[in-house]
Amino acid sequence: MSTKGKVKGIIANLVIVEADGPVSQNEICYLETKGTKLMAEIIKVIGANAYVQVFESTRGLKIGDDVGFSGHMLEVVLGPGILSRNYDGLQNDLDKMEGVFLKRGDYTYPLDVDRLWDFTPLAVAGDEVIAGSWLAEVPENGQPHKIMVPFVFEGKYTVKSIIVAGQYSINEQVAIMIDQEGNEYPLTMIQKWPVKKAIKAYREKPRPFKLLETGVRTIDTINPIVEGGTGFIPGPFGTGKTVLQHAISKQAEADIVVIAACGERANEVVEIFTEFPELEDPHTGRKLMERTVIIANTSNMPVASREASVYTAMTISEYYRSMGLKVLMMADSTSRWAQALREMSNRLEELPGQDAFPMDLSAIIANFYSRAGFVFLNNGKTGSVTFIGTVSPAGGNLKEPVTESTKKAARCFYALQQSRADSKRYPAINPIDSYSKYLEYPEFEGYIEKRIGARWIPMVNEAKTILQRGMEVSEQIDILGDDGVPIDYHLKLWKSEIIDFVILQQDAFDKIDMLTPLERQQYMLGKVMEICNRDFIFDNFTEVSGYFKRIINTLRQMNYSDYESEKFIGYENELKDILKEREVA
Amino acid sequence: MATKAFQKIYTQITQITKATCSLKATGIGNEELAEVNGRLAQVVKIIGDEVTLQIFGGTEGIPTNAEVTFLGKSPTLKVSEQLAGRFFNAYGDPIDGGPPIEGEEREIGGPSVNPVRRKQPSELIATGIAGIDLNNTLVSGQKIPFFADPDQPFNQVMAMVALRAKADKIILGGMGLTNDDYLFYRNVFDNAGALDRIVSFVNTTEDPPVERLLVPDMALTAAEYFAVDKNQSVLVLLTDMTLFADALSIVSNRMDQIPSKDSMPGSLYSDLAKIYEKAVQFPSGGSITIIAVTTLSGGDITHSIPDNTGYITEGQLFLRRDTDISKVIVDPFRSLSRLKQLVIGIKTREDHPQVMNALIRLFADAANAKTKMENGFDLSEYDQRTLTFAKEYSRNLLAIDVNISIDEMLDLGWSLLAKNFKKEEVGIRQVLVDKYWPISN
Ligand SMILES: Nc1ncnc2c1ncn2[C@@H]1O[C@H](COP(=O)(O)OP(=O)(O)O)[C@@H](O)[C@H]1O
Ligand SMILES: [Mg+2]
Repeated sequence: MSTKGKVKGIIANLVIVEADGPVSQNEICYLETKGTKLMAEIIKVIGANAYVQVFESTRGLKIGDDVGFSGHMLEVVLGPGILSRNYDGLQNDLDKMEGVFLKRGDYTYPLDVDRLWDFTPLAVAGDEVIAGSWLAEVPENGQPHKIMVPFVFEGKYTVKSIIVAGQYSINEQVAIMIDQEGNEYPLTMIQKWPVKKAIKAYREKPRPFKLLETGVRTIDTINPIVEGGTGFIPGPFGTGKTVLQHAISKQAEADIVVIAACGERANEVVEIFTEFPELEDPHTGRKLMERTVIIANTSNMPVASREASVYTAMTISEYYRSMGLKVLMMADSTSRWAQALREMSNRLEELPGQDAFPMDLSAIIANFYSRAGFVFLNNGKTGSVTFIGTVSPAGGNLKEPVTESTKKAARCFYALQQSRADSKRYPAINPIDSYSKYLEYPEFEGYIEKRIGARWIPMVNEAKTILQRGMEVSEQIDILGDDGVPIDYHLKLWKSEIIDFVILQQDAFDKIDMLTPLERQQYMLGKVMEICNRDFIFDNFTEVSGYFKRIINTLRQMNYSDYESEKFIGYENELKDILKEREVA
Repeated sequence: MATKAFQKIYTQITQITKATCSLKATGIGNEELAEVNGRLAQVVKIIGDEVTLQIFGGTEGIPTNAEVTFLGKSPTLKVSEQLAGRFFNAYGDPIDGGPPIEGEEREIGGPSVNPVRRKQPSELIATGIAGIDLNNTLVSGQKIPFFADPDQPFNQVMAMVALRAKADKIILGGMGLTNDDYLFYRNVFDNAGALDRIVSFVNTTEDPPVERLLVPDMALTAAEYFAVDKNQSVLVLLTDMTLFADALSIVSNRMDQIPSKDSMPGSLYSDLAKIYEKAVQFPSGGSITIIAVTTLSGGDITHSIPDNTGYITEGQLFLRRDTDISKVIVDPFRSLSRLKQLVIGIKTREDHPQVMNALIRLFADAANAKTKMENGFDLSEYDQRTLTFAKEYSRNLLAIDVNISIDEMLDLGWSLLAKNFKKEEVGIRQVLVDKYWPISN
């Protein structure tokens, strides 16, 4: 029978339970206090003592209180109806909870059990299938949600029967599988999966190469991320991590967006709750909320489920990837998850690593990032999970364990810089320190060549060189003074300022500027580089800034106008006139 | 907190540290209250039959045979309308000589609001201070601290903000408040005729530091009563949160926890977030706004306490002395209100965001010009103009003694722009310039 136990010790949300039978690492158990069951996870076992982290406040818990072990790890329910939902870190449906305040032990079912789904079988009796094989399809918010052979199934099965097309609810039996020995397994539309394990129902995970358009110029143009890629955004508080993530989640060309609000402000999640049902997905015209899943475990919610929240979000992302969809997952902030690990590790009195973080922090982070990726499914179709996490370095110092560990795991680095944020140069991504490793992938180069031409990457590199020069020159001017350097230095500086103001800077709150499609990015970079490659002659450095400010102003007005609109073209003509003034014969 | 007759009395303490004591006891709940020789204490750890208690008043003079009784509950506050106008200590006992409060007894440090039940904040809080209203507009339901060195007049500014904020109730949580500052708040509120809107929980420098740990939860329990039960708009003032965090580190270090940065407990972020996240706009109309003070040492915001605070709160108001005008200003560069986007140009005039940004940008140009001057370089004519502008901007808008309406701030902003700059130098959208640029005379 299932194992039971009694509480033996309580240190905040770490509880020691004496078990009367076998238990396993990461098994879920429930602690009973005053008629309420508190969920907890085993994180260490010594003899008969299981050390469990409780996902709730342990106030009032007593020595001797009863504990029941569940026999399974922390798992999520996967099936149609996940999209548009707001879950907590343990996949409880927040909207189903009663009252204004969260109640301890109030666990709500993540799906709608009564709703009927339009079910169309894809498999027929006699088909050979394995875990992840597509059996049927139900439309969910415009996406073809696949009903799959549960991921826990090992080996080959045969479809014995599958129900005819029609309307069914998630708990109705829709198919029967038989294994090699002839055992029958009835299936419904739902399955469960332990969150800490990666879903690997795919054939191959090649290096990712397809650009994932985000509409953010300093990403797409300067340091692009790809479908199935990984990236992270470190930055001191107030430098724009959350605004940037929100912008990406609104605009990115993804089928599904999973947002893990992990240990950050509740009002920021409320912003999503308020805006997403109203805003449109720029790629499909449907409401943004339809493609979005929110895992909200804000800073005031239990710390242990903060850790769980990123795994819950990742598992849901992998589930949709297995349907051949492009999934984008965001976590804000992964540092809070690391801190949750630290709090627990300290209570366990483990040997601390740097800054009291657990010794295996790097491995945990690397393991998590490795779950992202572009895959070929067993049926040859492709799917992807792109993952972008924010990091909140203590004191803004990037030489701290979470930033350093993440740097080893993620392929794109978007470093937000305090001084850029202070001077309101948003998004405050430092173009020189930041990088995208994908730019070095020949696969990516080949892809981008086909998409926007062979000139693109060299042009981007030229722009980066100009930015770098501009930075060096600006340092020299600081030391030597405006008139202590040749006029040519001022030109270099202002050419880099054009790139900064027109390409890098982007107003996340302006309806037009916030989203720049790739074609428009290509056009604007071309425009800017054409100016940067021109020769200008000035007699006096004081003339340089005035002239370039006019150029920048006109280009920015173009950014604020609808692409190729009358206004846009008007400003473009204005720009031509400004350039004519200084034409070098 | 009188001891009830039927309670079991323990008299064998096995271990005493500076903030905690341990004893053998059974049937005790986690976080339960106890009295140790009349001093209030709370269960922080139970291993088998060994219970560890944190004694709020400190363990000085506690003997091994002290009388320990458990109260069967975690800390509570009695709530009712009677709270209004009263002063309490950290335990919620009156210190103003008035009678005890009658009302419903509620556990402090209660549960969090379900995020899907929150409403997006949208009510502007006008303070008259342009450094706040113009550049860092506050919104009800927001949580924001003053970051200030101990010699800055943050208590004065906070009292002023509180009185002008038009809140139904103001709840003061004083932690490590000097007696003078405590009396200052009392006087200001009294003189303003606002005492009946104020509830205060005060731990002064004369009280044991660990007691402070109860103050924010007491204040916020009272706040939730008025905001949820009475649908009122409640403003909570917490000063000084740095002293609160110091008390946290005293306790955790004495419990042998591994300290993380700056000897603060690893859980500092979560501990502070639990307090600040009580700021909320309820759908039924009530709201809790938290304005706190986090004192800095030498302006260092990378120290763990301001750093963690900045990651939690919705911005910060940075006070500093501007030596050019010899006045304290709200620093426009280091201050931020993250919720201002929800109201500026929406609840205020359309030109608000653009005027605000233009003024700050030009103030930054002035700062650059100043650096140039200090480094001995010649100033251009433009640099000179920015310097003149900066002085006027600082004196007439950034200084904390400014008290005008937001429209007046915007008009004043335009006149400063027009006086010192050309239209094309301010970088404001043409339509707004056409509409608001003052006609020259
Ligand atoms: N792209 C942007 N455009 C305009 N303002 C921005 C942008 N990014 C950040 N900001 C400003 O910076 C503030 C802080 O940004 P936020 O993303 O919340 O910072 P973080 O998450 O790093 O603490 C925002 O409230 C906003 O005022
Ligand atoms: Mg953020």
